[in-house]
Amino acid sequence: MADIAAPRRAASLAEVTPSLKKRRAAEARFKAYGIAAISVALFFLVALLSTVFYNGASAFQQTSIRLTVDLKQDVIDPQGRNTADAVMTGNVFRWGGLVDEALLSQLGIDPNDELLAADAQKLISGGARIYLRDYVAENLDQIGTKQEIWFLADGVVDAFMKGSISEETEESRRPIKDRQIAMLRQLEEAGALEKKFNTGLFTFGASSRAETAGVGAAMVGSMYMMLVVLALALPIGVAASIYLEEFAPKNRWTDLIEVNINNLAAVPSIVFGILGLAVFINFFGLPRSAALVGGLVLTLMTLPTIIIATRASLKAVPPSIREAALGVGASKMQAVFHHVLPLAMPGILTGTIIGLAQALGETAPLLMIGMVAFIADIPSGPTDPATALPVQIFMWANMAERAFVERTSAAIIVLLGFLLIMNVTAILLRKRFERRW
Amino acid sequence: MNKRIAAAAIAAAAVAVAGAASARDQVQIAGSSTVLPYAQIVAEAFGETYSNFKTPIVESGGSSGGLKEFCKGAGPATIDIANSSRPIRESEVKACADAGVTDIMEVRIGYDGIVFATDINGPDFAFTPADIYKALAADVVVDGALVPNPYETWKEVNPAFPDWKIAAYIPGEKHGTREVFEEKVLAHGCEETGAMKAMMDGGMEKKAAQEACIRVRKDGASIDIDGDYTETLSRIDANRTGVGVFGLAFYENNKDRLKVGTMSGVVPTTESIAAGEYPVSRPLFFYVKKAHLDVIPGLREYVEFFTADEMIGPAGPLANYGLVAAPKAEREALRARIAAGETM
Repeated sequence: MADIAAPRRAASLAEVTPSLKKRRAAEARFKAYGIAAISVALFFLVALLSTVFYNGASAFQQTSIRLTVDLKQDVIDPQGRNTADAVMTGNVFRWGGLVDEALLSQLGIDPNDELLAADAQKLISGGARIYLRDYVAENLDQIGTKQEIWFLADGVVDAFMKGSISEETEESRRPIKDRQIAMLRQLEEAGALEKKFNTGLFTFGASSRAETAGVGAAMVGSMYMMLVVLALALPIGVAASIYLEEFAPKNRWTDLIEVNINNLAAVPSIVFGILGLAVFINFFGLPRSAALVGGLVLTLMTLPTIIIATRASLKAVPPSIREAALGVGASKMQAVFHHVLPLAMPGILTGTIIGLAQALGETAPLLMIGMVAFIADIPSGPTDPATALPVQIFMWANMAERAFVERTSAAIIVLLGFLLIMNVTAILLRKRFERRW
Repeated sequence: MNKRIAAAAIAAAAVAVAGAASARDQVQIAGSSTVLPYAQIVAEAFGETYSNFKTPIVESGGSSGGLKEFCKGAGPATIDIANSSRPIRESEVKACADAGVTDIMEVRIGYDGIVFATDINGPDFAFTPADIYKALAADVVVDGALVPNPYETWKEVNPAFPDWKIAAYIPGEKHGTREVFEEKVLAHGCEETGAMKAMMDGGMEKKAAQEACIRVRKDGASIDIDGDYTETLSRIDANRTGVGVFGLAFYENNKDRLKVGTMSGVVPTTESIAAGEYPVSRPLFFYVKKAHLDVIPGLREYVEFFTADEMIGPAGPLANYGLVAAPKAEREALRARIAAGETM
């Protein structure tokens, strides 16, 4: 037995070995290609994330200047009414006067030296007067007293303090003068110049001044749009897929519809914007730039994604479940709604969240409906003019001032944060509720 | 579940209808990306100053895009103001009239300069329109004959220039800036180099010759930038021997990264533009629908606020950003025209 088997095995090995080597090499090569592809992708991801974080991290801090402001009664409200209304109305420039006075006395500058005073005034944000007005309107009892208040420094000062404008550059080539730098050093020594956490980045709307520009309005706008998309795309998408998957007869018409839905998923998003402009704004007369219109356009864009995901997860529910339900006397509708749909829900939710995340990052369709715009006020409802997070990034990327560079990256970080949260939620939902057969 | 879905759909539809019924209560503006930063500054200051009006909305989209939107018709569903970095064209006025927009008020807010700049470490360029024409035009005159542009480097164009391969980043066709570049630089250069004369001697009509004059070469030496100046700047960062076309305000904000070239011996500054010495400057405009003035809350106030000396004057925030203020008499005449409601 052994005598016969041994030579035969040897012979077959001799025959197989070269091809085996080839096959093993092919497998090793394939693995190497895969690892190479993943490494390249990872490299670009790391490069992207590190540039964004490197540029954007500094935007989460903002330079502020502490001033002792004399809230003079005769300047703020000469009639002595001391109501929020009296504070909010009237000449806004009176607040600027109070801030300037406090700054000049802090620096020990003679207000009559107009050129020096003008240089000093440029250190404080142009938004300081509005900040002071709003501050006093909330603290009416402080009128007539002296208060220590932190004001935002000008965007140029902030960029200088963070090192994006270098002191080594020739004075005529940088937007900050030598004597302004001396004033900053003086403030720093007195402990009146600090970098604080930038809450304004999350609460302010768009602004032409870098230091008072934030993604607050854009986040609210994006939220309204996502609510509209969720409220419309989820029910319509799920209803359409249930009908197509469970009830519709299989014929040429349903095939045609299916092809069209798959096609729509691949249509460039700008096309939906053109459609939205023609239908929602020009025909239905909905307001331009409104989050509602944006939401409707993004709904159209997201629907195919949701329908395809929903149909796939309905298909994944084994037919035995339906048959068992029908077998014990359930109607077709009961079988679908009581048994098939709950089992398909995790897949549907995952598809919906991924669709929403895709919609959250869109700018092109919003261009046509007037949402790529400078919008300073935070929208108070879905029909108010609004903008979206990716739009804010686009708008800031086009600004000339250096201080906007870090804000652009900061806005990207915020957007990436939202996308990460949504995608993680989708994965968790799937892991938690998915059933396998 | 079914009922809840239906209820949600009905609620959404109700919101949609409610939205359609409410009228607009803030000013809507669209147009030139050159005017955009100025309009943003004014809109923001307007919102802060008038607490009873909402902050106007300013869209970008280029002069042509804004005017196209502007001429779509009258009524609250259309924009009130179009920003433009060039005067409105006759064809656009006609399109406006066809759509029912007849009374248009023209507001000239000030002037802007167009500068040619290189990377900060580049050499000093002293351009003339003829140099730019020879470097960038499609056809140029060599030894008295009209030939397709043969120049490869700046040195071949003018021996005073460095031996750099020609790469110029110029504004794309949708920009109002492009028109100024064509009119004030290429067309002048065309005449100075004798190319215009050569074309007409070659049997071209005057109009055809003028069009041929402003045609730029398509062999990759002249690159159209359809985005904003930040894109031009990043192209220069990537190609240190490139020459870019910028607005004066953008250059002023990025002086530590760009070196500006002179044009016909004049350094572009707000002063030299205001004095009319720097040749490549242009007025900036916005156009207002007169019919909207008393319909849209805040529109009249916005126009008056914009044209006040506190905004467009030489000490205002717009001049601080880089706008070249118009002379005092011109500003006063502008305000008088607005007060009288004069239209085009």
